[in-house]
This record gives sequence, C-alpha cells and structure tokens, in this order.
Amino acid sequence: LNDGVEGPALSAAPRSAAALFWAFTSLALQGFGGVLPVAQRELVEKRGWLTREEFAETLSIGQVLPGPNVVNMSLMIGDRFFGWRGALCALAGMLVAPLAIVLTLAALYTRIASTPMAAGAIRGMGAVAAGLIFAMAIKLAPTLKKNPLPLALCAAAAFATWALVGGWRVPLAWVVLGLGGAMVVFAAWWLRQKT
Amino acid sequence: MSAFTSADWLPLFAHFLAMSMLAIGGALATTPEIHRYLVEQRGWLNDTQFSASIALAQAAPGPNLLFVPVLGHAIAGLPGALVALAGMLIPSTTLAFFASRWGRKRRQTLGVRAFVAGMAPVTIGLLAAAGTVLAAPLATHWSAALLIVVTIVASVKTKISPVWMIAIGAIVGAAGGV
Repeated sequence: LNDGVEGPALSAAPRSAAALFWAFTSLALQGFGGVLPVAQRELVEKRGWLTREEFAETLSIGQVLPGPNVVNMSLMIGDRFFGWRGALCALAGMLVAPLAIVLTLAALYTRIASTPMAAGAIRGMGAVAAGLIFAMAIKLAPTLKKNPLPLALCAAAAFATWALVGGWRVPLAWVVLGLGGAMVVFAAWWLRQKT
Repeated sequence: MSAFTSADWLPLFAHFLAMSMLAIGGALATTPEIHRYLVEQRGWLNDTQFSASIALAQAAPGPNLLFVPVLGHAIAGLPGALVALAGMLIPSTTLAFFASRWGRKRRQTLGVRAFVAGMAPVTIGLLAAAGTVLAAPLATHWSAALLIVVTIVASVKTKISPVWMIAIGAIVGAAGGV
C-alpha cells in the first residue's frame, strides 16, 4: 500500500461548478505560451482532481478530436464532474479572462501600430513567435520514435505535410483528409498486421 | 488589401467553422490555412497584421487558440473577434462533448490508435508549416532571421519561459534591431 507516494491516491473533486470556473481561470492566466504543463501541475499535483493516468487519458482523447487540445480537455474535465454545466464553466474559465486581456492588448496595439517603435516591437515579437512555433515542431519530432509506424514513413509524412502546406500552400483540408486520411488507413492496416 | 464588408461576415464565420474541424493536433496547426485564406485569398489582412496578431496572442496568457479572436479583431473589431472565436469553438467543442464519453471507453481500439499514429506526423509537419508561413515575410532581413534562429535554439535547449523571449523580441524590435 503505497498510497500518497505519488500525489493523492483518490482524486478529490471540485466543490462546485463555480470552483471549476475559478480553477480554470487561474491556470489559464498562468499559462504563457501554452496551458498544458500548468494544467497538469494544477489539476493533478496541486488539487488532485485527476490522477496522472486520468489526465493522460483525457489528453489523449483531446488530441484525437479536432479543435484546440486544452479547450477540449477543459470541457471533458468539467463534464466529468458536473455534466454540461461543468463543461461550460470550465470552458468559460479557460477563455473569458485571457480573452479580455488579449483583446485589450490588441486594441492598445491598434492605436500605436503606426509609430515606428511599435511597428519594430511587433516585428521582433513576430520573429520570436515564428521561432517558438518551429521549436514546438522540433520538440515534438522525437515523439515519432515511439510511433508504432516505421520512423522513415513518419518522417516522410511530416516532411510532405510541411512542403505541401508551408511551401506550396495547398489547402489544409486536402492535406489533412488526403495525406492524413491515407496515413490513418495505413496505420490501421499496419497495426492489424502486427497483432 | 480589400475592405471587409457586411457581406463578408458569413464567409469569415464559415472559415473558422471549417478550421475548427480541421484543427487536429491544436489550433496553431491551422495557421497556414488561415493565412492562405485571410491574407492571400481575401486580402482582409496583410502579413504584418497577421504576424502581429499571432505574436500578441503568444505574448498574452491563456490557450494558444486566442490568436483566432485577435485575428478577428484585426479584421472587424470586437464583433469580428467574437465571430471568429465562436466559429473556432462551436463545431469542435460540440463534437468533443459528445465524443469524449464514447472515446473514453474505446481509447485502446484499433481505430483510435490508428488515428493517433497516422495523424501525429501530419501535426508536426503542420507546425513546421505554420513557422514557415510566419517567418517568410520576416526572414528576408538577416537580423530577423537571426532572431528566429536564436529563439528556436533557446526554446529547444533552455527552459526560459516564452513570455520572456517575446519580451526580448519586442525590446530588440523597438530599438530598431529587426
């Protein structure tokens, strides 16, 4: 019985849907450049609302579904505790305060955009933003080693997606449904061969 | 650039409805397509406004998807922000709500595992494409290209918070360095 060694053994539950709202507001406001790491720390380690396994499971479902991962995840966690009311409260908590902040920034920026200093600052921020997104792709690339499909195929599919969408500007729907669809069909066949 | 008129609300909303369903692996993966539509096809925004919106959203706290209402705001003010965000949220959240209970029990089934395995490389390619689309208008200046490369290295090799990197980018840019 090694309960309590890796955080709360039984997951605690939020007291009310309002508590969910404030918890998600708090973690959204701490998340600069991505909310996921903060969500894991707050929900699993600090509050104990989910075990580590429950968190990973929710995340993996969130990744299969279309739509922003953290938004899907907050919806599912809210739903788990208080049904659709909880889902709405968690979703609102994730979005309302950050939305107010970012739109205030956008409105301020529109006023000063014509000054050379603001234009320079935004170019600098844009360059960093581009770099951060490239870095995200680079940091995710090693996860392909754990993919059940052959590494060479994964690398080829990632490279083809990059060239088609980033280089030739092929519409996303064609690539996701065409190339992505073909990869999923192949993966289904491949996984069946191996079992 | 072409002006946004009242006839354009529906296409704007419809575009983000479609992006919502195509956002597999995160909202940022749809930025190349959003750029293609808003900047190249409709001309509602220019490259500077587009990358400024992404940068502002990255600099603020909250989920990555908030670049969507910021783009809407740049096109058509506050109503534009709300229409874009609603479009980006409604299809995917509705699907997530109904599919999650179903999926929770079937996460180990072949179909779900094949979907995750097959889509993962596409998602990584889409992020690289998003970086390319954002970098392309800037990378003609060697100093901006250098800043992009330094950011990539710092982000991969260190644990510096992105908000500090964006702040440094803003300072370097404001000083005329980019």
